[in-house]
Amino acid sequence: MNAAHATTADHHDHDHKPGFFVRWFCSTNHKDIGTLYIIFSILAGIIGGWFSMMMRHELGDPGIQLAADGQQWNVWITAHGLIMVFFVVMPGLIGGFGNWFLPLMIGAPDMAFPRLNNISFWLLVPAFLLLLASYFMPGAPGSTGAGTSWVIYPPLSSDKGHPGMAVDMAIFSLHLAGASSILGSANFITTIFNMRAPGMTLHKMPLFVWSMLVTSFLLVLAVPVLGGAITMLLTDRNFGTAFFDPAKGGDPILFQHLFWFFGHPEVYIMILPAFGIVSHIVSTFSKKPVFGYLGMAYAMVAIGFVGFIVWAHHMYTTGIDVDTQAYFTAATLIIAVPTGVKIFSWIATMWGGSIEFKTPMLWAIGFIFLFTVGGVTGVVLANAGMDTSLHDTYYVVAHFHYVLSLGAVFALFAGFYYWIGKMSGRMYPEWAGCLHFWVTFIGVNLVFFPQHFLGLQGMPRRYVDYPAPIPPEHLQGPLVNPVEKIQWIMSQDYGMHLWNYVSTMGAYLSGFSVIIFICIVFYTLFFGRRAEANYWNAQPQTMTLEWTLSSPPPFHQFDIQPKVK
Amino acid sequence: MGNYIEYDTTGKPHPFYLTRPSIKPLLGAIAGGVLATGAIMYMHDVHLGADPENGVEGFAIGLKGVYLGLIAVMAVMFLWWKDCIHEAVVEKAHSGIAKISFRYGMALFISSEVMFFVAFFWAFFDASLYADQAEMFARVEHTGGHWPPVGTQVISAFDLPFLMTMILLLSGCTVTWAHHAIMHGDHKNFTRALGLTVFLGVGFLGFQVYEYAHAHFGFTEGIYPSTFFMATGFHGFHVFVGTIFLFVCYLRSKKDGHYTKDSHFSFEAAAWYWHFVDVVWLFLFVSIYWWGSLGATAH
Repeated sequence: MNAAHATTADHHDHDHKPGFFVRWFCSTNHKDIGTLYIIFSILAGIIGGWFSMMMRHELGDPGIQLAADGQQWNVWITAHGLIMVFFVVMPGLIGGFGNWFLPLMIGAPDMAFPRLNNISFWLLVPAFLLLLASYFMPGAPGSTGAGTSWVIYPPLSSDKGHPGMAVDMAIFSLHLAGASSILGSANFITTIFNMRAPGMTLHKMPLFVWSMLVTSFLLVLAVPVLGGAITMLLTDRNFGTAFFDPAKGGDPILFQHLFWFFGHPEVYIMILPAFGIVSHIVSTFSKKPVFGYLGMAYAMVAIGFVGFIVWAHHMYTTGIDVDTQAYFTAATLIIAVPTGVKIFSWIATMWGGSIEFKTPMLWAIGFIFLFTVGGVTGVVLANAGMDTSLHDTYYVVAHFHYVLSLGAVFALFAGFYYWIGKMSGRMYPEWAGCLHFWVTFIGVNLVFFPQHFLGLQGMPRRYVDYPAPIPPEHLQGPLVNPVEKIQWIMSQDYGMHLWNYVSTMGAYLSGFSVIIFICIVFYTLFFGRRAEANYWNAQPQTMTLEWTLSSPPPFHQFDIQPKVK
Repeated sequence: MGNYIEYDTTGKPHPFYLTRPSIKPLLGAIAGGVLATGAIMYMHDVHLGADPENGVEGFAIGLKGVYLGLIAVMAVMFLWWKDCIHEAVVEKAHSGIAKISFRYGMALFISSEVMFFVAFFWAFFDASLYADQAEMFARVEHTGGHWPPVGTQVISAFDLPFLMTMILLLSGCTVTWAHHAIMHGDHKNFTRALGLTVFLGVGFLGFQVYEYAHAHFGFTEGIYPSTFFMATGFHGFHVFVGTIFLFVCYLRSKKDGHYTKDSHFSFEAAAWYWHFVDVVWLFLFVSIYWWGSLGATAH
């Protein structure tokens, strides 16, 4: 390790970076491209988060607050979903941290195909612009934007439901983002298989790299099926084919099969890199190697594999027959086994460790706790019988936000705090990181835990309003005394108002936590104290190669190749 | 991580080739955006500056955006691969380990293409196996509870399609001939076999154009032509791409220093791609042309 460190020091003097335009627009450097991905992810996150703030504000009180009509609400949830999945979580976890740390952890000087890496990033830009522009273009009759939800089911998304060009723009946005993902993941797999340092067998590979390997395989195999599905949707809309049109012999349920054959692996695509990041953080801050390393690696492989054969659990209410439902229930419940292996192995890693509760560790433990909550509601929803009554209610919304917003996004923040010193060379203020964690933790739980109750009350997803007495004028909106307002709500036959109001208050708190985060980012980049090479004091038993490099690493690292003893 | 892993240094430079910065990825992404935007404007018949109230028609975009996007995409591909060839032939930059990366990359690209076709086969089997599902009454009304739908005049599998199968299988032989030739350093036969493969590819496409022109069902007439034209059409497009790929190899095979006995990966990639296209055709032939027409009512 010391030797590997020494090799990086001597080429600082010839560490030439290209000029601004070439460095950032023509990049073939995995760290710079990773930085671009992270900046993109944060910007898209602010836009996607803005939609969620509008949505929670709308639902804070019964009646219509912000939305022009229900269709505009549909457009908001669609934009929110597509942006968060394709332009925040994936670019952040896979493009950002994957690009930055996968080559570092395996001792490689860069990715296998650096130019391909760059087009993977840049394709996201026209994709995102098309999606944003679709918001302003004609969609459903008499309104603008694609209000199809991120699942874009026909016939709502067909030329009858949305004759305008907004849905075509969303479709091409997904084509471009999909091409970006496929190229990027082929690049990751090649890099992992071909560029590991000598001696780093697959069974000695860091778990984050394992997670990226499984994620990349899921992307290569799942995204093209979405590509085919949306291509058929496109020709149905514009060129008169009949794939999803029953009147001409087509089948709208076919689209749901194709979509979820992609969509279910997609949710694992979003969570597996999070698993990898959390493993490293838990290990580093417990000063212990990961418990059951091989079990952890193969649990991810198992989750990835089973993820391909459970898709129809999203379709229990489409009329698929009972035997099919029984199969998909059983297959889905099996996923709880490898997931349990991971949860308990993280706990066992912490067990008896010398734990430091630094900010990344707080996020990682928060992840483990909240992901488990989302996991157990997933076990509930896996059962076709239960799902028949909970389908398309806020219970489902609560479930997938616990595993994604409180899972994948917590891992994004965990990774950010864990590695920002390595990436920027500067440290965030520890107290501010902790503050950000606690405000977010309280905020998002206030948002999403009550949504379980709303779901059980029968509140449907994707709807702009709910039945409840309209509050008196002085108690309307967010800027009122919450105690007085809750007292008033509870004095009524309040329906779904109470938990919606609590959820909305949580959203304001979460929105505030984003402002804290942005302040931390700027403070860190401009005023943070300089980071040492191994600023978390990673111990030999938890060591990965990025800690052997300076912070930030040289423009090209590992000119002299490292190896595993 | 798992065990106590100790890192050390090999003391030697890494064996990988690091690519120079390049503007092409950015241009490629822009070109992709232009193509998508052009396609949307074509599909929705956008007129720039139109003012229907005052009778101003505006400037009809039509296919112009699509052409612009296509030209841009192809120009970027041309320039990008020109760089690759320059690096390989002139700079001799691709180390042995870089060539292994190319193999992984091509194999993964083909894997993703396979999954792309899965979507179209899925649509075909959804329609053909479940043509008579009682609860899908609108479909049953369209198909008559029958596959192919009642009254469909299918293309006989053992007419032209069988000839096309033979052509593709033969082209698989000629491309293997080319491979063996180059492995033995026999450049003359390498070029000859490649040329023959390209000829067979073009022949296949010619027959497909003929078949499409003489089909008794139109693209928009329902689920049978939808699945038929989409699956065979995307296959035909892949044959087209594969033919161009092989044609580029053919042109390069006539130049000195592009292909040697030991170094000819781009040709192998083209051959892999060609075999992939071939296998997709076999599945198309067996399922759509042959099995899918077994229940046809009339010819």
